Amino acid sequence: MTSTRTRFNWPLWSGLALSVIAFATYFTIFVAQPSTRDLPWPTLILFAIAITLAAIGTGRAFAAEPRSRARRVIASVVAFLTATIFVFFCFAIFIATKMLPKSNEAVAVGAKAPEFALPDVNEKSIALAQLVTAPATKGVVLIFYRGYW
Amino acid sequence: MQPVAISVDTPEQSRDLAHKAGYTFPLLSDRGALVIRRYGIVHPKAGVAGADIARPAEFLVDRNGIVRWRNLTGDFRVRARPDEILAAARALP
Repeated sequence: MTSTRTRFNWPLWSGLALSVIAFATYFTIFVAQPSTRDLPWPTLILFAIAITLAAIGTGRAFAAEPRSRARRVIASVVAFLTATIFVFFCFAIFIATKMLPKSNEAVAVGAKAPEFALPDVNEKSIALAQLVTAPATKGVVLIFYRGYW
Repeated sequence: MQPVAISVDTPEQSRDLAHKAGYTFPLLSDRGALVIRRYGIVHPKAGVAGADIARPAEFLVDRNGIVRWRNLTGDFRVRARPDEILAAARALP
């Protein structure tokens, strides 16, 4: 009896830990490669395992004898957290990143690129005209990015 | 073909990024998003404290200053890949 009551519910807790790991490793490791960034399959596999473990752990807590209300509540909360991390990941990755304006007025192909002069990292002003007419260049790729503000 | 990166970051922030990532191409600083606005790619209030920033976008400009190719991603995790840009650049005269 005592052993049942005190047995560590490893599937439950490892499920939560794996959910945290799945979330963190996407932003630290998998985001660096387009193949694991654009469709985050390693992360989704990790989340699938995490949620399965949490479900097994919850089932174990509910089946445990003697019946323990505290165990059930803890298991439910931990399983909820595990799933919430997954839902938050899905929102951040599949929904929030697509919340972009329409940009219908963006400069079109065939149009003249608006001229500009902006400071570079050394505060030196660089003009588009000077970039496109530089010797031995066929053209310029302007890469607009969100930046780090 | 010359890559040029543009954002609302300060020159100091861009210098840090270039240093960390080893970029040798120009990183330009458009503090008020004025050029970003002129290119029609403002993402309003998406920056810190509601500042306007650029949505990710790439424009290939030829030697006459004409846009020959552009990419406006619908998902800011997914940007133009180098081979797409190179293919567009190869088509330039």
